Amino acid sequence: MLVKDIKDKFDFKVVAGEKGLNNEVKGLYCCDLLSWVMSHAKERDAWITVQTHINIVAIASLLNLACIIVPEAIEVDEDTIEKANEENITIFSTDLDNFRIFSKFYEAGMR
Amino acid sequence: MHSEKKDMGIKLEYEVIKEDFGRAGEASSDIKKVLRKLGIDSAIIRRVAIATYEAEINIVIHSEGGKITVYIKPDKIEIIAKDKGPGIKDINLAMQKGFSTASNKVRELGFGAGMGLPNMKKSSDEFDIESKVGIGTTLKMIIYFNK
Repeated sequence: MLVKDIKDKFDFKVVAGEKGLNNEVKGLYCCDLLSWVMSHAKERDAWITVQTHINIVAIASLLNLACIIVPEAIEVDEDTIEKANEENITIFSTDLDNFRIFSKFYEAGMR
Repeated sequence: MHSEKKDMGIKLEYEVIKEDFGRAGEASSDIKKVLRKLGIDSAIIRRVAIATYEAEINIVIHSEGGKITVYIKPDKIEIIAKDKGPGIKDINLAMQKGFSTASNKVRELGFGAGMGLPNMKKSSDEFDIESKVGIGTTLKMIIYFNK
């Protein structure tokens, strides 16, 4: 699965990092405690978080995460968007909650 | 950033400013980029990234400011994180998973889960912490290429 499939198949809105759309997605991970994410998220995971401050870009970049998904229509900070554009980290926004996001990935064949 | 090449490897040094959440993670991101350019193994880069990120965040949250120095040597990477600040009263307690003195404001941002020091210890082959109350804390971590 590619990052752009999240845009094309799930209709999630790209709020930053258009240049990261061709990256590969291998898994899906959800957590808002940043140190927990740091020690448990795997390379190429798509990461769901309600945190929207600039530091999430550093985490995604340090761990080579596939992209960030912000659920439930939470607005993303402007400086986070700028940083994500610089680092080519795609950030998606969706109205869906975590459960429905996981369902989408499952239905798309991710196991 | 300040870097210099010595006979025994490469030295990278970064100032980390207290409560500067906007720039927190920049030092660790830069260290990662340098290691990548050097062609270091990705599993090693991940461990260094975790160790330096957590050290950087700790300095931002808890100290009056500090410095992260990284030495890239032929057989290992040494990370030294030294801060000025309140120091740690009880190191054993601070090393326990889940123990944190971070404020509610910081926790709401997803920091202060009490996992920083345990993550650093887990990511490094050698981990040493020295702290003096009222003066500051120094962490030394070593990650070997072949271990």
